[in-house]
Amino acid sequence: MSPPLLEIRGLSVHFRTPDGVVRAVDGLSLTLERGHIVGVVGESGSGKSVTFLAAMQLLDYGRAEVRGEILLDGVDLLTASPREIRRIRGARVGMIFQDPMSALHPLFRIGDQISETVRAHRGIGRREAAARAVEALRQVGMPNPEERAHQYPHELSGGMRQRVMIAMALVLEPELLIADEPTTALDTTVEAQILEIIDEMKSRLGIGVVLVSHSLATVSDVADDVVVMYAGRAVERGPCTRVFSDPQHPYTWGLLDSIPTVDARRERLIPIPGSPPSLINPPAGCRFAARCRYRFDACMTDLPDLVERGHGHADACLLDPARRRDVRQHPVQAGLFASGMP
Amino acid sequence: MGRYILRRLLWTIAVVLVVTLVTFVIFYVLPSGDPALRFAGKEPTPQVLAQVRQDLGLNHNVVIQYLLYLKRLVFGDRYGWPGLGFSYSTGAAIAPQLWQRALITIQLVLGAAVLWMLIGIPIGVISAMRPRSVFDRASLLTGLVFISTPVFWLGLMLLWLFWSTLGWLPGTGYVAFTTDPVQWAAHMIMPWFTLALLFAAIYARVIRGNMLDTLGEDYIRTARAKGLSERRVITHHALRASIVPVITLLAIDVGTLIGGTVITETVFNLQGLGNWVLEGALNQDLPVTLAVTLVVTIAVSILSLFADIAYAYLDPRVRFK
Repeated sequence: MSPPLLEIRGLSVHFRTPDGVVRAVDGLSLTLERGHIVGVVGESGSGKSVTFLAAMQLLDYGRAEVRGEILLDGVDLLTASPREIRRIRGARVGMIFQDPMSALHPLFRIGDQISETVRAHRGIGRREAAARAVEALRQVGMPNPEERAHQYPHELSGGMRQRVMIAMALVLEPELLIADEPTTALDTTVEAQILEIIDEMKSRLGIGVVLVSHSLATVSDVADDVVVMYAGRAVERGPCTRVFSDPQHPYTWGLLDSIPTVDARRERLIPIPGSPPSLINPPAGCRFAARCRYRFDACMTDLPDLVERGHGHADACLLDPARRRDVRQHPVQAGLFASGMP
Repeated sequence: MGRYILRRLLWTIAVVLVVTLVTFVIFYVLPSGDPALRFAGKEPTPQVLAQVRQDLGLNHNVVIQYLLYLKRLVFGDRYGWPGLGFSYSTGAAIAPQLWQRALITIQLVLGAAVLWMLIGIPIGVISAMRPRSVFDRASLLTGLVFISTPVFWLGLMLLWLFWSTLGWLPGTGYVAFTTDPVQWAAHMIMPWFTLALLFAAIYARVIRGNMLDTLGEDYIRTARAKGLSERRVITHHALRASIVPVITLLAIDVGTLIGGTVITETVFNLQGLGNWVLEGALNQDLPVTLAVTLVVTIAVSILSLFADIAYAYLDPRVRFK
């Protein structure tokens, strides 16, 4: 059996700062098969972006300490030499980033920026590379790609710029696309278009996609699997449909309750109270405990690991799996209310 | 792009007109007393004073005086173009001397500018790639030394070392390029370095700062994520963006230096504009001072026009504003 396209095993990313060591990612594991999209969801600072910057060795190694394994097709990216990782970036792994205005070089024509990727990896001429760039723009639905290739980023709208980023990431038909919050800076209507393009390119090229987002709603549209991260750790993982229909972790419950819907039955959005803990000296026990309406004594002392509960669905919560449905409906009656709750 | 250049050109012409007006006011109108006395040099005879009044049209009212002044500048006078008259102290016409001296100063300043860019850019880039490294600290320290060293002392030290002690280079003076290119370069090299080292130190710091900012930009991360070599990321993506703001700085510095290389020209006995304006000031030779003041201000205006055109060429966003 061939290894999965991407496998992350026990990844930890720590940053040395003047205030202490920030545990940005702590023991993360994740698997992605070809032709699948995995959504990685969490709020700012949950370690989702850092994970994939680490995979491409794009972190500042003066400050970052990375442990664990990130295997692309069975080969560890973390131990790859600078030369090896450079051959992988752009050619085998394409990346797109959050803000397409600042992620494109303001002084170069977009066609040149795309063909630069081609020329960095394939020994082909300027003209042929330019033709590949135009073709890549066409693939992502850019109107008039020949003319657009001669334009500069500031002449394009946000959605068009993100199409350019996708074209640039996919021009060499990589095996893996890492999309780091690709729609966060865009309008909702444009967001749907961009997700559709990513989904379509995935099917056409048969690639694996990592879709990093702070929004469960975004991920639910296209992802096959979803990983929910909180404070540098995965708290729930499973097939997208199962996580949505039968969420297990109280943090996921909170995320789902805070999604706005057109459905008028629920009158108010329910925010998750408080903010994530400091990652410099994270509290003992479950990192979500301080904000959790369902915590009990053990939550403050024991750090739960991800436990597989069947159907590829895993969560890191100390609540009794059999009673979770009741608990979610009636936190008080379940008798799990600890004192001093918000 | 064409429209942009035209607009900037018209703007430059307007600025130059304002410059002529301001210089006119400073030299003719504002100082108290008889302007003819001031232009006529030390201890003028009544005949010379009458000559000055005649030449400068001082018998007319102020507006006419300005228009005559402008007319002489634009169309020249009997001493050549631009019409800056005649030095009543030395008896020499201004315009021919101006051109001759400007040529020497421009060679000095442009040569030095090339040199300080060639020294400053690589040092700035390397410092930015490894901030707080030994190289970075050493270049900062060396730079501080050159920034704090008085130019006359540096010039004299170079002369002492390479001319008087080692005998590798000829001493002071100027040899025209057309006379002997090798001697020309040999005579210019010490003045170039004297002028350039200070600016190289400043530019290295500016470029280091710009590079550090640019290296933190998202598009640099994109360039790396594309699989480009670090060398290409630095030279093509980061340096390109970091160098654009330096163009404006360069234009202003070169423009200012065209009238401000007094010390270097004096130390190396180069008969340029800086040297001349010093003589003019010491001898109360007002036509000379006025000529150099005009040249410098006009040079700054024209160089900033060049800078704006270069800016628009290098940064497409400017063209669309």
